[in-house]
Amino acid sequence: MNAKIDYTLHLADTTLILSQRNSEWCGHGPILEQDIAITNISLDLIGQARNFYQYAAKLIGNTDEDKIAYLRTEREFKNLLLAEQPNGDWGQTILRQYFFSQYQYLLYQQLQNSKDEQLAAIAAKAIKETSYHLRWSGEWVIRLGEGTDESHQRMLNAVNELWGYTGEMFIPATYESPVVKENTGVSVDSLKQPWLEKVKTIFEEATITVPEKVFMHSGGKEGKHTEHLGFILTELQYMQRAYPNSEW
Amino acid sequence: MITHSTDKKLIYSYLEEIKDPEVPVLSITDLGIVRDVILNNDEPEVIITPTYTGCPAMDMIAAGIKMVLTSHGYKNVKVTSVLSPVWTTDWMSEEGKRKLKEYGIAPPNPKQQVCNENLFAPNETVQCPHCNSYHTHRISEFGSTACKALYQCDDCKEPFDYFKCH
Ligand SMILES: [Zn+2]
Repeated sequence: MNAKIDYTLHLADTTLILSQRNSEWCGHGPILEQDIAITNISLDLIGQARNFYQYAAKLIGNTDEDKIAYLRTEREFKNLLLAEQPNGDWGQTILRQYFFSQYQYLLYQQLQNSKDEQLAAIAAKAIKETSYHLRWSGEWVIRLGEGTDESHQRMLNAVNELWGYTGEMFIPATYESPVVKENTGVSVDSLKQPWLEKVKTIFEEATITVPEKVFMHSGGKEGKHTEHLGFILTELQYMQRAYPNSEW
Repeated sequence: MITHSTDKKLIYSYLEEIKDPEVPVLSITDLGIVRDVILNNDEPEVIITPTYTGCPAMDMIAAGIKMVLTSHGYKNVKVTSVLSPVWTTDWMSEEGKRKLKEYGIAPPNPKQQVCNENLFAPNETVQCPHCNSYHTHRISEFGSTACKALYQCDDCKEPFDYFKCH
């Protein structure tokens, strides 16, 4: 049971933190349509986060989605390190979204067959949105990668910044083995090869080389984060910390 | 005495008063998000399902259901949201699609063409709700709300929303 709670929180935290990061673009996107696109993606992700938090709250008992999201500290968050990385320029934001959506699409494809009905329902509901995110971000990676000299260089920089955070997606956390065993969770190591193949195809079109032998950071799924998460939570949790139990 | 089934019908007719706050010509029954109405000793429970995961209208819709049914004399109205089976645009009624078009939003195509992961898929052919031309092109897959994409007509030049693939 505890493993399932932690697993659900991991799914929730990753979508919440990435949503918060993307939402920083609101009003700052390069053109209006793309500003709307990235904030729409934020909205989808926060919707997924709410579904997972509501379910986690039910499993934990005597709590609710808001308490879980607003009143936990860094070490209690189980999000992927990739999600908390700074937006950087548009290229870096796009690449972070592409890496994540490619992973999430493969994850949800399997999670919708989970033995846990609620996790399966959340994944089945969200996978269509994820296919939009995947198409949108993948197209942008290609467009920027094989675009101008400058956009190409910026994508190379983005790859350099982010590649080291992709390995963690495929390393199971301690709470994942039990949920995989009971067929409620997805075995992430099995997603690595299909993910890599998809990324290679997109990178080839984008004229970007897939890096090799890069040190892979990990720990986010177990609560050990980069310095960025503290700043994100400070902003995200400010209202509930300053005015406890305040409501709209 | 009112029988059980007519009471349920009556509740459905009240639910037609509740509009989608983001597309105010559509009632929640047109939208097809009311899954069931259960009566426990005259206390109704309305089962609804979200269109999009992050649809911010759902909280307002749930509050609307409680207000409307309470104003018609029902007590302890309960609204439960379920995710499964997943809502798709197929759940929208024909009446709903007609109202959408009249409102200037292109209704979802009967057969969705681009709901997959392939990049640079050809744009879905969408009919202009203003002049009925099929010479239209997509401006953005993401529109003013999560459920819409932005299109423009090549004949009458009007931009319009398309209630997108879902
Ligand atoms: Zn037209």
